[in-house]
Amino acid sequence: MLSYILRRVVATLPVMAIVALFVFSLLYIAPGDPAVVIAGDQASPEDVERIRQSLGLNRPFLVQFGSWVWRILHGDLGTSIFTNLPVSAMIGQRLGPTLSLMIVTLLLTIVVAVPLGVVAAWKAGSLIDRVIMGFAVFGFSLPVFVVGYMLAYIFALELEWLPVQGYTPLSSGFWPWLENLILPAVALGCVYIALVARITRAAMLEVLQQDYIRTAKAKGLGQGGILFIHALKNAAVPIVTVIGIGIALLIGGAVVTESVFAIPGLGRLTIDAILRRDYPVIQGIVLLFSFVYVLVNLMIDVVYTLVDPRIRY
Amino acid sequence: MSEDLLRIDNLHVAFSTRRGMVEAVRGVTLTVKAGEMLGLVGESGSGKSVTGFATTRLLDAAGRVTGGRILFRGQDVTKLRGDDLRQLQGAAMSMIFQNPRAALNPIRAIGLQIADAILTHKRISKEAARAEALDLLRAVQIRDPEARMNAYPHELSGGMCQRVMIAIAISCNPALLIADEPTTGLDVTTQKVVMDLLADIAAARGMATILITHDLGLAARYCRRIAVMERGRIVEEASPGALFSAPQHAYTRRLVAASPTATSRIEDLVTEEERERYTAVLGKPRPVPAHGTPPLLEVRKLAKRFDQGSAAVADFSMTMSGGESVGLVGESGSGKSTTSRMICRLIDPSEGDIVFDGQSIGHVASRDFHRSPLRKDIQMVFQDPNESLNPRFTAFDCIAHPLTRLDGMRAGEALRKRVEECAERVGLPLDLLPRFPHQLSGGQKARVGIARAIACRPRLLVLDEPTAALDVSVQAVVLQLLDRLRRENDIALLFVSHDLNVVRMLCDRTIVLRNGGIVEQGESRALFDNPKTDYTRKLVEAIPHIETGPKLAAAL
Repeated sequence: MLSYILRRVVATLPVMAIVALFVFSLLYIAPGDPAVVIAGDQASPEDVERIRQSLGLNRPFLVQFGSWVWRILHGDLGTSIFTNLPVSAMIGQRLGPTLSLMIVTLLLTIVVAVPLGVVAAWKAGSLIDRVIMGFAVFGFSLPVFVVGYMLAYIFALELEWLPVQGYTPLSSGFWPWLENLILPAVALGCVYIALVARITRAAMLEVLQQDYIRTAKAKGLGQGGILFIHALKNAAVPIVTVIGIGIALLIGGAVVTESVFAIPGLGRLTIDAILRRDYPVIQGIVLLFSFVYVLVNLMIDVVYTLVDPRIRY
Repeated sequence: MSEDLLRIDNLHVAFSTRRGMVEAVRGVTLTVKAGEMLGLVGESGSGKSVTGFATTRLLDAAGRVTGGRILFRGQDVTKLRGDDLRQLQGAAMSMIFQNPRAALNPIRAIGLQIADAILTHKRISKEAARAEALDLLRAVQIRDPEARMNAYPHELSGGMCQRVMIAIAISCNPALLIADEPTTGLDVTTQKVVMDLLADIAAARGMATILITHDLGLAARYCRRIAVMERGRIVEEASPGALFSAPQHAYTRRLVAASPTATSRIEDLVTEEERERYTAVLGKPRPVPAHGTPPLLEVRKLAKRFDQGSAAVADFSMTMSGGESVGLVGESGSGKSTTSRMICRLIDPSEGDIVFDGQSIGHVASRDFHRSPLRKDIQMVFQDPNESLNPRFTAFDCIAHPLTRLDGMRAGEALRKRVEECAERVGLPLDLLPRFPHQLSGGQKARVGIARAIACRPRLLVLDEPTAALDVSVQAVVLQLLDRLRRENDIALLFVSHDLNVVRMLCDRTIVLRNGGIVEQGESRALFDNPKTDYTRKLVEAIPHIETGPKLAAAL
């Protein structure tokens, strides 16, 4: 198992290298000359040239890429053109809120969606099933910002149960932290819950038709034992896959959600960096997200082997 | 109160389908005494399994008991609910199923699966349940039971999986065991071992057993009483001897006639209306190949090794002439399917050569063989007609596909004529051609598969267990069809099967394989009547023979 994980980590290196090359090329693919943008509207051509020289933007592409990679390997993501702060420090500041939002959303999804899917499959065709699947379609169809503003209007403005927006770090207490995350997590999780519930239902329906479920019934096992011991674990592979794919959805969704609820996270940082054409920051964030995604995929593959003894590498 | 353990009284079971309610069981009445083994025999759709499932209360959600009673120890099973039902299931009454590998949870160690059954019904610790599970594995004679406790189903053979199923079923000492086709899909030798074990266990524990099977011979060997079902009703109930010597009902007579025995001939299986046409074919003299004609197929020292593993097939040589039929028999894992696939050029041999009609084809890569002009000449009929037809292709498309791919025909009148001609030759009604596989019966699908294979007029047909998934009466028709095609069109047949009775009937010569090597070969009848090796003798003896009396369960 350990050697398998090691082999997989090594195998991700070329993927990361290609991602890095692509991320670095962003600077050249995107329209607009960064030197001109940084210099501002009033700058003279001489000023622009000076900035270009100092940032090394005039050197050959491969040389720039090489020195960029070299610096990244030493933990240096560069310096923001706009704030003159190190990119790694800027990301570090914003990591907490985004990570909190994603983890809460992920937990909420698993706790809500999987049982809903199991119940829908168990009672397939019944009223409960149709209600659950109806909600799932609803969850799919509504954009995050619509759900977000609706939730904020109902629960924060009208009922005043929860804060409208903002973020409190975990160090200031668990409840204040969670209180601020509930509405964003629900808004962000809607699509995700719908997706996972539907996949869980489909996977469970398939498994419940298998012969070994009939065997479990023939043994006299109770409904709970059949559903959770025998069926759910067999249905786990597609469910785990979708949860993993969903993490990519969360990254995209977090950008929008953080804007709606004014959470000072990576999503907001991304938008600000894009608007300012702050290339080092954009590159750092995209690189980080890609890294997380590769890591999640590796974790999914490892979970497969834990769930299903037939999968061996 | 009577002494019957189980008494089924005028049972009716219906399934709700898209086309309304369909009655699967229509008034079944039967009794089982304690410790008795009853055979419930019938073809697919006869309602035998549904009767079993109704008794153990394992019917699908769509199925419902619509009438009658099932009295188990005087208690009506159909009215049980909740905990009362669960006390019955697995404890007083248990069931084993067809396809044991699928019946076991693929991701749960088998020791745990046995312990599940014990823990459901007994208030004992997990350690005690584990110890009992180990004892059960010993009782079903699994070698090295300690190590097997942690094994998963995919690590065990089909026969082993069925033993595990038996261990689960007997874990709480039930009074009644319902075995639904317990050995279908297993080798003849494994079938014998598993059935002997089941009979011994039932006898030792005084457990009544209902053996549900489509195989009359099997039921005759192990049961003293056999009930025959047709279309939801029991048409006849008798001792095996009476059933075979003097079947009363017309259906039983047909069933007995269609069951191949050691002495039956293909023409015996033919139904009355087809006999005339068949006799005409039989009367036609076989063209004798001129002396010195090279064989149609010559296989030289063929071998196949899959990655790192030991050889699946080694040093396999054979020859076949046009119009000849050769059987390839052996237990599963003997390499018979691998060999047939290599000859068909679906997989590549590791060593050796295949010469077809004077041309070496063993070195043409299998992925390129479809471009060879000889692709038309070598065709294959696959085991499972359900799995080997594309569900999105109609019967017509299926038969037309090889014609357009290999014969270069274009869609149009000529193609339609050729397809219809093929369908007629295999006896497939033309109005079925626009149908999709799921709208056809098993026998009809088998005919589509054969029609597809003969569409391009091949000279060699390789058949991999073509009738294994079919009922005996359908099997009889298909065998007869194959034999007729061979005689009429001079098609050579390479017939892979584990059913020795069928091979004996259909094939001029037989090759016996074991662990990838040829054990014995020769003229079929001589080979089976006088096997020269112990292995062949074991295979022959394992065939359930209808003539022999039922095996008397010991200690009764």
